[in-house]
Amino acid sequence: MAKIKGSIVVNVEKCKGCEVCMVSCPTGTIAMAKEVNGKGYYYAYPANPEMCIGCASCAMVCPDGVITVYKTKI
Amino acid sequence: MLEVTGIKEIIKPENLAYSRTEVLIDNTLSYCPGCGHGTAHRILAEVIDEEGLQSQTIGVSPVGCSVLLYNYIDVDIQQAAHGRAPAVATAIKRLLPDKFVFTYQGDGDLAAIGTAETIHACNRGENILIIFVNNGIYGMTGGQMAPTTLPGMKSTTSPLGRDVKTMGNPLKMTDIVATLPGTCYVTRQSVHTPANVRKTKKAIRKAVQYQKLDKGTCFIEIVSNCPSGWRMTPTQSNKWMEENMFPYYPLGDMKVPEE
Amino acid sequence: MEKELRLMKGNEAVAEAAIRAGVDGYFGYPITPQSEILEYLMEANPAETTGMVVLQAESEVAAINMVYGGAGCGKKVMTSSSSPGISLKQEGISYIAGAELPCLIVNVVRGGPGLGTIQPAQSDYFQSVKGGGHGDYHLIVLAPASVQEMADFVDLGFELAFKYRNPVLILSDGAIGQMMEKVYLSPQKERLKVFADWATTGKPDTRERNIITSLDLDPDGQEIFNHKLQEKYNVIRENEVRLEEFQTEDAEYLFVAYGTSARVCQKSVQLARAQGIKVGLLRPITLFPFPSKRINELSGQVKGILSVEMSAGQMIEDVLLAVNGKIPVRHFGRLGGIVTTPEEVVENLKSNIIGG
Repeated sequence: MAKIKGSIVVNVEKCKGCEVCMVSCPTGTIAMAKEVNGKGYYYAYPANPEMCIGCASCAMVCPDGVITVYKTKI
Repeated sequence: MLEVTGIKEIIKPENLAYSRTEVLIDNTLSYCPGCGHGTAHRILAEVIDEEGLQSQTIGVSPVGCSVLLYNYIDVDIQQAAHGRAPAVATAIKRLLPDKFVFTYQGDGDLAAIGTAETIHACNRGENILIIFVNNGIYGMTGGQMAPTTLPGMKSTTSPLGRDVKTMGNPLKMTDIVATLPGTCYVTRQSVHTPANVRKTKKAIRKAVQYQKLDKGTCFIEIVSNCPSGWRMTPTQSNKWMEENMFPYYPLGDMKVPEE
Repeated sequence: MEKELRLMKGNEAVAEAAIRAGVDGYFGYPITPQSEILEYLMEANPAETTGMVVLQAESEVAAINMVYGGAGCGKKVMTSSSSPGISLKQEGISYIAGAELPCLIVNVVRGGPGLGTIQPAQSDYFQSVKGGGHGDYHLIVLAPASVQEMADFVDLGFELAFKYRNPVLILSDGAIGQMMEKVYLSPQKERLKVFADWATTGKPDTRERNIITSLDLDPDGQEIFNHKLQEKYNVIRENEVRLEEFQTEDAEYLFVAYGTSARVCQKSVQLARAQGIKVGLLRPITLFPFPSKRINELSGQVKGILSVEMSAGQMIEDVLLAVNGKIPVRHFGRLGGIVTTPEEVVENLKSNIIGG
């Protein structure tokens, strides 16, 4: 059976570090960075990129629309 | 643009699964981190885009945190005085009946100062969409009590918690307008989880259809959070909302037009 | 084209003129002494003939905000009310001025303050000319003195409103609203088909989105905008003064009066001249812009001015400013909704200005 693998792109400077994406991610792909962006927010990033299934849950809940999602069949 | 990405090989145009709509202007939102307004704006913009309504839409923004909606959604917009958006929208829709007209209001705007305008627009069955973002507090002005603040809930003007004896009970505006024959579609949704975001988007799409069919007023309440006003982190506030707001303001369709 | 002659009440004339001017929307609320405007429009049902929207709003507040919405779409929209209702509209009027929208507001003034009386008065001059709502703005204020002017000022009002992107107020009173006179009505105009490029009509690909707002949180921007508004008012002051003079050529004394008071003073001029007193009348037709220049000129000719208004004395302040101390200026007027008689005015002229 083909597997779906995903990859997200996060706009670092627009992210406000609200963590709602992290909570909504079903596979534990997302974590918050240990460093801050220009506004002082701990931005979200795909800490475990190989876990991403491209479901776009993160992008769906993001209040600031900073996430773009790609997915493909492997 | 500074980005962090997942697996680079997957990032190709043909693999695009989700990106923000162009109808959402590329400005930084002025909302606090984690605020539901941002999500609500985004899905409203998505529906406008997907339904091809950008050149047909006229929106009315309120006084409150979302006063600057006109800097975020790329459609013609009028900013209305506090509470008066339904009156403003009434005139726009009556004078330009083939446009898609919506108001976007917070709980102070819609349920305090704007109660009369809300009820009468709904009572006349104005063919507009009213989006009511209810987070039980006055955000922009610093966290005062709202008509929808829960009993016992602390705010800057109810520091010991809302006392229903002196301050009254929270108003359930959605329930009230559902009783009016002028409303055709009345529903309560939220935008804090992907499943709820999908449901809310579906609700907005329905409202677009009903407006095209002249069915009356559509009223979508979005129960939302206010991390700043509630003095919580965004994820804490979403949890608090589920545990406290939803029992008082249950989600779901309250009124649906007959097919 | 031919004008149609009718015998009508002032309020009815406004309503009929509105239909014929091709007004797109009227949003009103009942209040004495102007409810006939709304009633006439509902009865006439122009939705069937011109497509005009007539809506009885849930309050004067709602009505002015409906006007804001319609004006923002570039449409010809108007409302009417009387003093307490106009007080309710002040926030909306300030927003309309701040967003630079055209519209027409009719105030058929009744006695105040508070609920007051339903009788005519002229005690809303300050509210109309000096502010009413918050912020540095002005309304163009037209003061009709006859049923004919009630009708004519609808077209004129909209012409000025759209020329300057500013709200226009017709400041009438209960007497003119209720009296019946001959009026020549203009033929039916077409409703607007093309709308201003700043209006919210749905954003096509060919332009940026239009935003109707009066908010600018950046103080520098807000200052520039306020200067722009003031410039506009200066242009209006230069170009839009309208007034009427009656027997001022050889006058030694002057009445300044508008609306119903001007009608009374016209008779007073005749009565006084019969007694050998050479008095004239200057009737401002625009209260903003005020005919300061002409009054200043006349103050070099006459020995004293009596400002006659049905109030405790409001317009007199603008007369004093125009005269700038050259000659005595006094006020005369009955209060509480009472219309002064021409004889009373002459007596007051004799005791207050000539004698004093």
